[in-house]
Amino acid sequence: MLPEIVAQNTSASQSVPWWKFFYDFSLLTQPVDVWLKGSVSPFWSTVIEMAIVGVLFLLFYAVVGLFLVYAERKVCAFIQNRLGPNRIGPFGIFQTVADLIKLLFKELIPIKNADSFLFNLAPFIVIIVNFMVLAAIPFSKGLHAIDFNIGIFYVIAVSSMSVVGVLLAGWSSNSKYSLIGAMRSGAQIVSYELSIGLAIITIVILAGSMQLSEIIEAQRTGWFIFKGHIPALIAFVIYIISSTAETNRGPFDMAEAESELTAGYHTEYSGIRFAFFYLAEYINMFIVASIAATLFLGGWMPFHVGSWDGFNRIMDFIPPFIWYIGKTFFIIWIIMLFKWTFPRLRIDQLLTLEWKYLLPINLLNVLIMAFIVLMGWHF
Amino acid sequence: MRSIIEYLREIVLGIWSLLKGMKVTSTYFFSPGKIVTQKYPENRKSLVMLERFKGEVVMPHNEKNEHKCTGCGICEINCPNGTIEIISKVIITEDGKKKKAIDKHIYRLGMCTFCALCVKTCPSNALAFSQKFEHAVFNRALLNKILNKPGSQLMKGVE
Ligand code: SF4
Ligand code: SF4
Repeated sequence: MLPEIVAQNTSASQSVPWWKFFYDFSLLTQPVDVWLKGSVSPFWSTVIEMAIVGVLFLLFYAVVGLFLVYAERKVCAFIQNRLGPNRIGPFGIFQTVADLIKLLFKELIPIKNADSFLFNLAPFIVIIVNFMVLAAIPFSKGLHAIDFNIGIFYVIAVSSMSVVGVLLAGWSSNSKYSLIGAMRSGAQIVSYELSIGLAIITIVILAGSMQLSEIIEAQRTGWFIFKGHIPALIAFVIYIISSTAETNRGPFDMAEAESELTAGYHTEYSGIRFAFFYLAEYINMFIVASIAATLFLGGWMPFHVGSWDGFNRIMDFIPPFIWYIGKTFFIIWIIMLFKWTFPRLRIDQLLTLEWKYLLPINLLNVLIMAFIVLMGWHF
Repeated sequence: MRSIIEYLREIVLGIWSLLKGMKVTSTYFFSPGKIVTQKYPENRKSLVMLERFKGEVVMPHNEKNEHKCTGCGICEINCPNGTIEIISKVIITEDGKKKKAIDKHIYRLGMCTFCALCVKTCPSNALAFSQKFEHAVFNRALLNKILNKPGSQLMKGVE
């Protein structure tokens, strides 16, 4: 099974006008693929394509991570009547780049009696998990590294592995703060995984497929949040709440509750290892937001209304990539708004919310959705 | 049955109050109104500090170069950090009496925590805070200041 490979270099065939690529990236990637297959052996063509995709993902990771840190600081500042970073570059846009350079130069402090192997390994587990999930996310039409037939299942399965990195970080740093933070994070993720899974199942029932490209294709006549009306809306709300909890963000940021635990599981980390955790947190947020956008708001699918062909045609003029980024950033904005609006929950309140409210509602919701799909009451 | 209604009511009320909170923050996000951030080096000329801001301890003098410090030394005793040192002298007043007066009121800005104990306890209200906050100098010795101006005298009527 060869991954459907994505490349963004400009050596494309001359027959297609360049702006078409924005509407279907496979027009760009297919000729590259064909050209590579023709010039080198299949093994090497696969290796080269994978390397290209890897480099692109690395770039993407850094750019999105840094931008989200900047965006968070700006959103927070505006909510609090401040200006936020405004010194480096226009509107302070290079602030986070400067921060990263600072972190790169910082000393990596070795911790006494820490399990140094696990201590060094933990940030990489978190980052690797991020990359594995990013591989399955459809960014645009044809801009999709691996299109599994169990795509969404793969995403939940892999993304829940990041808690291993967090637990390792807490356990190996030989610090009470880290350990407590990691344990909280474990309890939190174990419970909220359940809600995320059930909310996703609700949509999988409606879509009838776990393949992300098919889920998006099924939203050609309308996004699922409109098609599935009430149960889809409930699932959307539950998904947003529990994914905020799963990414350890406020108001569910007890894993790093800075007022109680200094910084939770990454208290002992310094320099670039700390930056890894920090970036991973933001990429996690990006991932959950793009999954939400894909499942509920149609991913890169433009806003279509049933059989209004003229309207749909107009909407198609906006490139799918813009739609995808717009939806994802809308959801990221909501998640950021959560963080800067609500106070942090206590651990017992957190578990009460999950087990007494979200889970029963969610189970009932799955049932309702199954019934609606069975009766054909959706649009 | 009642508990189920109570449960649903709780959920609806909870969501309602959360939405209210989000409405407030998103209103601020889209129309922040008055931005409180000061763009400091640019607005240096027009920057007005708050009146209550404790920049450094000063001794106000009037236009005849008179201050109110009697040299009693209470501020020196009250300062928790030993920031203040009072060096007094003995002067002869017009009617021939000997009297203690301030020679040097030494204030070491580098050691001050701006607790305001000196300002509050001074019996003749001789001290005050200025709003100056740009204290950086290249030599630590420059932080040791003598608060009474050279040639200054005790204000008439202050004992
Ligand atoms: S400043 Fe006030 S308290 Fe200090 S010596 Fe002068 S009069 Fe006394
Ligand atoms: S403000 Fe406090 S620390 Fe500073 S000189 Fe006065 S008493 Fe001392």
